[in-house]
Amino acid sequence: MSSRSSARLGRSIALHLFLTPLALIWLFPLWMMVVFSTMPDNGIFSPGIELLPHGNFIDNFNNLQRDTNFVGAIGISVSVAVTYTILSVLLTSMAGWALARYQFFGKGAVVAIILGTITLPYAVVLIPQFIMVARDFKLANTWVALIVPPLFNSLGVLFMRQSFSMMPDDLFDAARVEGVKEWRIFLFVALPLARPMLAALAIILFLASWNNYLWPLLINSQPGSMTAPVALGTLIGLTKVSWGGIMAGAVMLTVPMLVVFVLLQRHFIAGIAAGAVK
Amino acid sequence: MRNRNATAYRFLTPYLLIFAIFWVWPIISSFMISFQATRTVPWRFAPSFNWGRLIGDPAFFNALKNTLLILVIQVPVMISLALVMAVLLNSPLLKARGLYRFAFFAPVVVGEVAYSAVFRLMFNLDFGIINKLLNSVGLPKIDWFSNVTPAMALIMIAVTWRWAGYNAIILLAGMQSIPEDVYEAATLDRVSKLKQFFYITLPLLKPVIVFCLVLSIIGTMQLFTEPFLITERGGPGGGTETLGLLLYRQGFRSLNFGYASAVAYTMAGLAIAITLAQLWLTREPK
Repeated sequence: MSSRSSARLGRSIALHLFLTPLALIWLFPLWMMVVFSTMPDNGIFSPGIELLPHGNFIDNFNNLQRDTNFVGAIGISVSVAVTYTILSVLLTSMAGWALARYQFFGKGAVVAIILGTITLPYAVVLIPQFIMVARDFKLANTWVALIVPPLFNSLGVLFMRQSFSMMPDDLFDAARVEGVKEWRIFLFVALPLARPMLAALAIILFLASWNNYLWPLLINSQPGSMTAPVALGTLIGLTKVSWGGIMAGAVMLTVPMLVVFVLLQRHFIAGIAAGAVK
Repeated sequence: MRNRNATAYRFLTPYLLIFAIFWVWPIISSFMISFQATRTVPWRFAPSFNWGRLIGDPAFFNALKNTLLILVIQVPVMISLALVMAVLLNSPLLKARGLYRFAFFAPVVVGEVAYSAVFRLMFNLDFGIINKLLNSVGLPKIDWFSNVTPAMALIMIAVTWRWAGYNAIILLAGMQSIPEDVYEAATLDRVSKLKQFFYITLPLLKPVIVFCLVLSIIGTMQLFTEPFLITERGGPGGGTETLGLLLYRQGFRSLNFGYASAVAYTMAGLAIAITLAQLWLTREPK
C-alpha cells in the first residue's frame, strides 16, 4: 500500500471513530423515548439500567388515554396540520409568484418588510394576536384560531419567490400569447413545474403546525380543543401521572414524523436548507 | 417581467391581508399596550407604568441574565458543533453517510413537548439514565433540577441536541455550493485539509454562518418551552426563567398584558440590536 492511500485510510478511520460515538449520543434520546414508552412506570422509576424495549406499549397507551383524550387531540392535530398546510402552501406560493414574476408598485417595500420580519421575534405579536383572536373575534378553542394566525410566514415566501424566478420566461410568455389568463398560468403551468419545491415547503409547514406549541397552548386551552402536543404538555409535571403513558404519546408524535423524514429526506433537507420555515 | 400592478396585488392580497391583521396591527398594538396600565378596567394610558416597573424589576433582570447567558454559551457551542457535523458529513471518506445524517438530522422533526418529556426522564435525579451512567463510571450523580448551574446546563444541552442538526443541514447545503475546483487547486498546491477549512470553507461560508447565527439568536431570545417543561416553569426558583417565560407568566398567568408587552419589546429590541451588530461585525470590507 502506498503511503498516500494508507494516510487516507488513517484519516477515514479517525473520522469514523469520532463521528460514530457522536451519532450514538445524538440518537440516544430518541432511542430512550422508544424504550421508556414500552416500560411500565415502576420499571422507568427503578434503580437498574434498562436500555432495551419491553412489551408494555399498549398498557402505557391506555394509561395515557385515561389521563387525557390523546386520540381526540391527535385527530385535531392532524386535521389542523393538513388544513394549515394546504392553505399556507397556496397563500405562500401565490405571494412568491407575484414577487418573482411581476414588476409592480411597492414591490421593493414588500420584499424589505418580509425580510425584516425574519429578525422580529414572534413574542412581539403574541399578546395582541391573543387579545384579538380570543376577545375581539371570540375564536378561542376553535380550529380557525389554530390555523389562521400562523398562516403568515416569511421564509416560505422567499423560498417560493426564488423557485418561481428560476423558471424560464418563454414558458409563460407562450401561454400569454395564446391569451391564457394569469391565474390559469399560475395554477396550471407554474405550480406543476414547482412540484418539488412545493413538496419541500409542504413538509416543513406540516411539521411546523404539527409541533407548534406556544400558540395552541395559549389559544386552545379547553380540554376538548387541545392539540396533541398541548394535551401531552399538560401531563408533564403532574404528580400522579403515567410517565410510560407520556412517553407513548411522545412516540406517537415523533415516530410518524421520523418515518416521513426518512422517506422524504431529500425534500425535507431542501426545505430546511432553503431556510424555509423555522 | 411585466409591470402589472393589479395582477400582482391580486396574487398578494390574501397573504398581505393575513400579514396586516396578524402581524402589522399586533406590532403597533403591543407597542401601545406597553404604555398602558392593563390591570384596571378600562385600560388607561400610563407611559411609565410598565417601563418604569421593568427597569426596577429583579425578576426581569434575572430573566434577562439567564437568557443572555444561554445565548452567549449555547449559540456559539451549537453553531461550532453544527459546523463540525457539516464538515464531517461532507467528507468523501465517510461510509454509511445516510445513517450519520439520520442521527444528526432526526431531532429536527421532534416536537418540543416530546423531547422535553424525554429529557426530564433521562436527567431524573435517582432514576434517570444519565445519573445511572455517571454512577456506573464512578462519577457522582448530578441534581439537574434543584441546582441552578446544572439546570442551566441541562437547558443548553437540550436546545443544542434539538437544533445542532438543523443548523448542520443549512451549513452543509452552503458547503456543497462551494465549487469543487477551489479545493482541487488547493490540494494540488499541497494545502492541508485543515488550512483549506480555515482559508477556503470558513470565509466562503460566512454569509450562511451569519444566517444560522441570526436565526439561533432570535430563537434563543424567545426560549420558552424547554424551561417551561423541562425545568418546570423556570425552576429551581427562577434559576432558568427566560424572557419568554417571564412574558408568558406576566401575560397569560397574571393577565398583565401591558407589562408583558414591555417585555416583548425588550426581546425584540435586543434581537434586532444583536442581529445588526452581527451583520456589522461580519460585513464585507469595502
